[in-house]
Amino acid sequence: MQTFLQQIINGLSLGAIYALIALGYTMVYGVLRLINFAHGDVYMLGAFAGYFLANALQLDANPSVLWAILVTLGSMAICAGIGILIERLAYRPVRHHSRLSALITAIGVSLFLEYGGQVVFGATPRFFPQMIRSQTYILGGVQITNQNLLIILMAVAVMFGLHFIVHRTKVGKAMRATSYNLSAAKLMGINTDRVIAFTFALGSALAAAGGVMVALAIPRIEPLMGMMTGLKAFVAAVLGGIGNIPGAMLGGMLIGLMETGISATAYSTYRDAVAFGVLILILLFRPAGLLGSSRTEKV
Amino acid sequence: MNAILSVPAWRRGLGLLATVLTLFTAACERRPAGGGATTGTGDIVIGMYGSLTGDGASFGISSREGTEMAVEEVNAAGGLLGGRKFALLVEDDQSKPEEAASAVTKLITQDKAVAILGEVASRRSLAAAPIAQRYNVPMITPSSTNERVTEVGDYIFRVCFIDPFQGEVLAKFAFNDLKAKKAAVLKDIAQDYSVGLTDSITRSFTGLGGQVLDPVSYSSGDGDFRAVLTQIRTQRPDVIFVTGYYPEAAIIARQARELGMNMPLLGGDGWVGDALKNGREALNNTFISNHYSGDNSDPVVQNFVKGYRTKFGHEPDAIAALAYDAVKVLADAMTRAGGTDGPKVRDALATADVVGVTGRLKVNEKRNMDKPAVIQEVTFKDGEVKFVYKTTINP
Repeated sequence: MQTFLQQIINGLSLGAIYALIALGYTMVYGVLRLINFAHGDVYMLGAFAGYFLANALQLDANPSVLWAILVTLGSMAICAGIGILIERLAYRPVRHHSRLSALITAIGVSLFLEYGGQVVFGATPRFFPQMIRSQTYILGGVQITNQNLLIILMAVAVMFGLHFIVHRTKVGKAMRATSYNLSAAKLMGINTDRVIAFTFALGSALAAAGGVMVALAIPRIEPLMGMMTGLKAFVAAVLGGIGNIPGAMLGGMLIGLMETGISATAYSTYRDAVAFGVLILILLFRPAGLLGSSRTEKV
Repeated sequence: MNAILSVPAWRRGLGLLATVLTLFTAACERRPAGGGATTGTGDIVIGMYGSLTGDGASFGISSREGTEMAVEEVNAAGGLLGGRKFALLVEDDQSKPEEAASAVTKLITQDKAVAILGEVASRRSLAAAPIAQRYNVPMITPSSTNERVTEVGDYIFRVCFIDPFQGEVLAKFAFNDLKAKKAAVLKDIAQDYSVGLTDSITRSFTGLGGQVLDPVSYSSGDGDFRAVLTQIRTQRPDVIFVTGYYPEAAIIARQARELGMNMPLLGGDGWVGDALKNGREALNNTFISNHYSGDNSDPVVQNFVKGYRTKFGHEPDAIAALAYDAVKVLADAMTRAGGTDGPKVRDALATADVVGVTGRLKVNEKRNMDKPAVIQEVTFKDGEVKFVYKTTINP
């Protein structure tokens, strides 16, 4: 029983990572109907931004929660900027072309960031400074570290925050309108360019926060770290219903739990196959995802 | 659209192409003067391939430093074969087996290297060794411990011990000194080294009368080991063997301690890498088997340590010491062979018996070495990992 609970906690901490990234995928898709494949790489850039900031502040030698929060915010701001830049330079020019062009552009941006990252940062993994010293809490025989707790709490907080922004604020209303019909929203006087830029900034900031949090718990960062994690987060978003915010959270947690479940058996090396097996099944039987509803499109 | 491609633009394009071609040719021809011929009087071109970047970067960099130091010493002492000097070429394989194979192909076919040094990771040595064998160029791997590496062919040698012995050493230490009866093993199925070491540990530990739980697998690059560790925890082993390399070992140690698993962790020589320090305090109560200990008072070792420290500003690890020894063995063999001819050097290598930094280097009939291993305790203090000598175990 204790082991089972421990595995649930392990699964949730892993799932929260996927959920944080999946939220960004889902937001961009919700507004633009674009699968932003570069999202996983923005997550990588977030981890690197955090790495350079934390090292500049020498946080490895003097860990401090306050500074760790500031580093996270700094990394989020940097990645929000990068997100806006990517949208402006890569996606906006092809927005009025077919959706396929946008998708291929997204793959191009992803490859650019991955291999550009290898040129700039080098392929050798780096070791993320311990801004917050890891501490283990024991609750009813189940161990959890402060870092994992932080990741889970943050993912939940971000989900509620996003839900609030999208459904209760003016900019959220604009986002929903843009999502519903871009040209009509424009005719109603909504600055859709700005709404889309905001969406990218928000999504990228979330990815950056995810990057820093993950790097704290698994302190090895390298330019290709966003590849597999990004793909799995994408599967999580599809599983939950892409475009649906609670769906991304649910999908992330489910993928995390499934991977942990597989790792706990003798088939631990099939872990990566699970996420993609799930993707195939969900596309076959419920393409809209668990919480998604398929919207009929006018032809 | 074609109008855009007016004549000047077209010419400029051609000029650019010419420039690129020139640069490319220049890059291809960058090799030391006089290099090449297997007989002659010029420099003796030797090639080293290693993981200078990527996951195993610490291995490649240590190897290069050890190799460079030995090459400089040989050259400073007047070279060999009547004053000829070693010209060392180094290729990066980015920690990838396929790159290792192409690096060695390039070193042999383009640069005409007459001997090859490398790799550390057995998987990459296994990928490159068949090429050296095919071209009849002797290859010495400084620190690939997997048995199969030298079985590739009669041109492949090593200067380190092999995993069956290393596994036995670790099993003995865990059983006799740590009084362990039940052991768990975590293996990296993407690495031949880890798979081989796991087998030999399991065999030896069971042979001593201990119990080994079913090995649990992961792949290089994984970062989350909590699920597998939790599963191991339920079986309450006395010790855990982590047979992979240092990047994962550090994270495994941390996550094990976070799950309240404070039993001793044991690893092989694959734990020797800068990134191990990432395990921080979790590294306390961990032990490794290694090729040499820098705190050995033998003057050969102390001279090497002193020279290395002066040259590179830090302590040499076992990987650097083995790379250093590999060059010395090669120089000795070429001197005795009286030339750089592949078959002659191979025959000389087969009878090598040199005193090295890592012990007596006597090649046996399987082109391996019967060398003692040391057990070291890993400690973490003031942000640095130290390997503290515990005991020596002879074959």
